[in-house]
Amino acid sequence: MDFGLSTEQREIRELALKFARNEMIPHAQEYDEQGKFPKEIFTKAWELGLVNTCIPPEYGGTGFSAVDGVIISEALAYGCMGMNTSFMANDLALLPIVIGGSDEQKKKFLTPFTQEFKIASFCLTEPGNGSDAGGIRTQIKDGGDHWIVSGEKMWITNAGYADLFVVYGTIDSNLKHKGISALVMDPKSPGVEIGKKEDKMGHRSSDTRGVKFNNVKVPKENMLGLPGEGWAIAMATLDHSRPLVASSALGGAQRALDLSVQYSKERIQFGVPIAKHQAVQFMIAEMGMKVEAARLLTHKAAWLCDQGIRNTEIASYAKAFASDSCMQITTDAVQIYGGYGYSKEYPVEKLMRDAKLIQIYEGTSQIQRLVMARELLK
Amino acid sequence: MNIFVCVKQVPDTETKITPTSDGSFIETASIKWIMNPYDEFAVEQALLIKTSNPAANVTVVRVGSVKDTEALRTAMAMGADDAALVEAGDSLDSYSIAKALKGAIEKTGKKPDIILAGKQAIDDDALQVPQILAQMLNLPSVSVIVGFELNGTTVKVKREVEGGALEVYEVNTPVVLACNKGLNTPRYASLPGIMKAKKKPMAQYSLADVGVSDADRRVKYSQFKLPPEKPAGKKFDATDAAKQKEVVAQVVSLLRTEAKVI
Repeated sequence: MDFGLSTEQREIRELALKFARNEMIPHAQEYDEQGKFPKEIFTKAWELGLVNTCIPPEYGGTGFSAVDGVIISEALAYGCMGMNTSFMANDLALLPIVIGGSDEQKKKFLTPFTQEFKIASFCLTEPGNGSDAGGIRTQIKDGGDHWIVSGEKMWITNAGYADLFVVYGTIDSNLKHKGISALVMDPKSPGVEIGKKEDKMGHRSSDTRGVKFNNVKVPKENMLGLPGEGWAIAMATLDHSRPLVASSALGGAQRALDLSVQYSKERIQFGVPIAKHQAVQFMIAEMGMKVEAARLLTHKAAWLCDQGIRNTEIASYAKAFASDSCMQITTDAVQIYGGYGYSKEYPVEKLMRDAKLIQIYEGTSQIQRLVMARELLK
Repeated sequence: MNIFVCVKQVPDTETKITPTSDGSFIETASIKWIMNPYDEFAVEQALLIKTSNPAANVTVVRVGSVKDTEALRTAMAMGADDAALVEAGDSLDSYSIAKALKGAIEKTGKKPDIILAGKQAIDDDALQVPQILAQMLNLPSVSVIVGFELNGTTVKVKREVEGGALEVYEVNTPVVLACNKGLNTPRYASLPGIMKAKKKPMAQYSLADVGVSDADRRVKYSQFKLPPEKPAGKKFDATDAAKQKEVVAQVVSLLRTEAKVI
């Protein structure tokens, strides 16, 4: 049993944290206020190898483990949860190719992401289907020498900037889960209609849009696996990506904890720093306890992934616990800052807004509990 | 071309320093070590030279404890080719460090063309090692450089002097240069760089290997202690116009006798 990080992992974390402190934190507020897409920061992160960590070394990737991936993602989310959503969306979109793609598809679609800066989107959710992802209505029809895709997607991260889409649709909605199939699509294909940027409560720097497919032609060779294998690919993707999402919540929670510790030592009330008041101490103790527990769950969920052991249950624990904890911790951080915390002059209100989304996307906290119960009761 | 960069590992700037109980040094067990920030400019300059002279070899050299090799690993992750480490305690004096650096550079068997270092280490702020090293190697040296240009076997460097004026020097290589902030913008180590650094060679020597002994110590630390806590300031009430003259006289007298500033 070893809870320590390796020398490389410590160096990786240091680099990612340095990047978060120097390149992300100083700009996070401005990007949030203006809802500006962090393309320059994203590009810089790519240059340093901080994004697309899921690409295997055979296809030009650095060769990171899932544990390495969550260490990096936690540090970047420490810088800004919103920007990290954009970065992480690349991995989420590339993972189905890593998991379900053929050697040829991996070479064709993954390697370019290691050679130049590119952006990808994972297109699963639809206006009518969020938690009920199996009820996908986007149609994939056989058009002879190509597929024809028609339908509508919603809440697609990075959609306005993407160079590659991974789109889930059904070859026959009567087949339910067994009809779901995954395609790699060029967002510039005729018939792809990118919607307007959503005006969100948090993660305002990440680009979120609806996307319509009006009989979009996709080459036959772009299907990941066989028709009907999309659901299995999507579920395996989520087993890999949930630890990443958990680590994003963890990074935000750690930031809220650090800020709370710092502020509570500076702010004087009743003649002493508020950190001397037990009411504040208890909130900080609670934060520390939850951050540590969330980190252990997150690292374990990623570690299971690396061991090739099914992690569905633990990954759901990690995702739900880390995001619920992040919500609680960032809310308490605002409480500790008091009136100042509610002002945009201080960094904690943004953390609270950003935390909320992580309880919602990639399986709500409630869906995670359904998954847990299903695993426990089967 | 052989470029050497001398780096030091210093406590992270946010470290809370505590002297050891006997006052002989500071507690080092829980310190997070970083590369001395001024040395980052030196590493970056070496890598910039390498960019325009791809055949150049960049070796980073450090004297200090081996428990944590952060500074050397970071320099190699940034792009340095290899490293040499002289194992020593963290409380050596400038003379011993310079002598050990000289010994380590000679041990590599590579003839130095340019030796770069930070202008000072932010822990003891001695500002001595590059100059002592240059003297020992019988090489010219320029310190506090903020500009660098290499033309064959001469370098043109700019150094900052009081009042923001710049002095420009032309020096023949080999040369020792001590770098200041403003010379360049140090790059980040990239993640692939970190992974590659694992495989780069790091030679390790003892102080004896590089010809340094206790007899070389020129400075011995007698005691480390924290500065005394500042006493609370004194307040004088001069709101009553009638008493102002008296209060001013009292303040002036205390500034003379107690604070001894006038």
